[in-house]
Amino acid sequence: MALSEPTLPLAGITPHRTENYRSDHLLVAEMVERGSRVLDVGCGDGDLLQLLENRGIDGRGIELSREGVNRCVAKGLAVVQGDADADLVNYPDDAFDYVILSQTLQATRQPRVVLENLLRIGQRAIVSFPNFGYWKMRLQLLIGGHMPRTENLPATWYDTPNIHFCTIKDFIQLCDEINVKMERAVALDLYGRPLRLSAPWWFWNMFGEQGVFLLSRAGKGK
Amino acid sequence: MKIIQSIPSPAIPSPAIPSPAISSPAIHTEERAHEADHPNSQIALFGADQPLKLDCGIDLSPFQIAYQTYGELNAGRSNAILICHALTGDQHVANVHPVTGKPGWWEVMVGPGRPLDTDKYFIICSNVIGSCMGSTGPASTNPATGKVWGLDFPIITIPDMVRAQAMLLDRLGIDTLLCVTGGSMGGMQVLQWTAAYPKRVFSALPIACSTRHSAQNIAFHELGRQAIMADPDWHGGRYADQATHPHRGLGVARMAGHITYLSDAALHRKFGRRMQDRELPTFSFDADFQVESYLRYQGSSFVERFDANSYLYLTRAMDYFDIAADHDGVLARAFRGIKTRFCVVSFTSDWLFPTSESRALVHALNASSARVSFAEIETDRGHDAFLLDVPEFFDISRAFLQSAGKARGLGG
Repeated sequence: MALSEPTLPLAGITPHRTENYRSDHLLVAEMVERGSRVLDVGCGDGDLLQLLENRGIDGRGIELSREGVNRCVAKGLAVVQGDADADLVNYPDDAFDYVILSQTLQATRQPRVVLENLLRIGQRAIVSFPNFGYWKMRLQLLIGGHMPRTENLPATWYDTPNIHFCTIKDFIQLCDEINVKMERAVALDLYGRPLRLSAPWWFWNMFGEQGVFLLSRAGKGK
Repeated sequence: MKIIQSIPSPAIPSPAIPSPAISSPAIHTEERAHEADHPNSQIALFGADQPLKLDCGIDLSPFQIAYQTYGELNAGRSNAILICHALTGDQHVANVHPVTGKPGWWEVMVGPGRPLDTDKYFIICSNVIGSCMGSTGPASTNPATGKVWGLDFPIITIPDMVRAQAMLLDRLGIDTLLCVTGGSMGGMQVLQWTAAYPKRVFSALPIACSTRHSAQNIAFHELGRQAIMADPDWHGGRYADQATHPHRGLGVARMAGHITYLSDAALHRKFGRRMQDRELPTFSFDADFQVESYLRYQGSSFVERFDANSYLYLTRAMDYFDIAADHDGVLARAFRGIKTRFCVVSFTSDWLFPTSESRALVHALNASSARVSFAEIETDRGHDAFLLDVPEFFDISRAFLQSAGKARGLGG
């Protein structure tokens, strides 16, 4: 089996790139302090991990697909096969400075438990997910009367691995419920470019194709 | 029934007398016996001042370690890789075998431009203590009696093998290994290295192995040992004094072992139900099927190069192996705070050391916050896949070593 062919986790569209790196990856990498320890859950082909390692960050990965894992390991990355629902429990508390969950939350069986685990294992978590409140999604359901399919989420309802979609608004609500502090939030457009920072939440929830959140544990008094 | 009807009336069909399953070895026996004391390898001798402290409580002294090296040690002594061989392997990784004349057992992996690149790395492989290719073992001469050790040789363990290797590295002036690698019993030694000498192992590549030997594997080993001990030529282990060798028993042990190294799919693909040089069954216990003929050949060729008592000792060492048991039953404790970089590899069709065993190891390493990669390679070739040409496995090994070398400041 050839290990050199890259596959993008986003099947339908070519993400926006800056100097060979995907813009959404650069945004995540910016949120991570140099010299820290990072676990990337659902690391795909390891593009983000490689970017982090190039920046002097000690990165590890978990990936569900065997092909993805083997491609990562063939790049010299420290990646193991596993999934967010089953395998995060094996990691001790505070094992990492950051745990990244990129475009994977909506495919987990128990998003809330996964989120809690991320912030148990890591001091901080960086979570990105497709925003189901994106205008194209709303329009397809409202006008077309069918489950939305977009360039980035081309699967039909009956064969999609994404079983827990949410909007940016829903996610913020969950963070409040489980006492998670949002340190930074960014909405990205279809190509992974950040939207205007000054935009209000409703605008992000309508025009953000995905949301990226830097989270930390709220104070000890919870 | 159809076949019987078509054969022109033999009065009473009686089974023909089968040819012996394992043919008697004649060619290599003397070379093998000679090799145990005077190997075609480099030798490190350890005298009375440097005994090997065995787990069974005995100090083994004197003893010798036979080893091979490939490539050049760099000035910083930072490019050394130790290969640990499997149960029936030896130190002849990438050179012609002195007894069989066959190529080295890991030439697909070791050599110029190969994943274990002899142009870049200094590669060492030593015969394990208890084996029969020049390191002290039951086939060696006991200096106290002038006779072959036989069953007077003390029981050895995987940690004993690793302790002896560490003494060899001290002798060679190598403090830290860039990598320790090996498959099967070799993988067990890799894990023992990381548990016993974590600071001396920069990276570890354990392949198709486990942190403990399973009940099923112990059972297969016991089958092999009983086959050897049931052979009248074994003579309670003192066959050297009688100038015999329990080749039938050892051959059967090898046949049983060999089945466990393959897979149902691989056997079916290779042999199916095809007949050996005939079209109809002979109605005898002769090797009608190709798979039988193949197994008999495996048994016969093995006994030419391997000592039966060594087989008993080394299988026992594997049976006793259980890293967690040495750490209050908690595997993660064996690797606490370890800085070694790990790459764990398993094969989908390996039922001797299945992926679940590797996964348990990976979980323990994660719990210790170790830097670990884990790749499961898809193949139908069973446990022996680690010895074969599996490109995906090579890609992964090569990249892991390159990344370890980079982290250690090696060029290229």
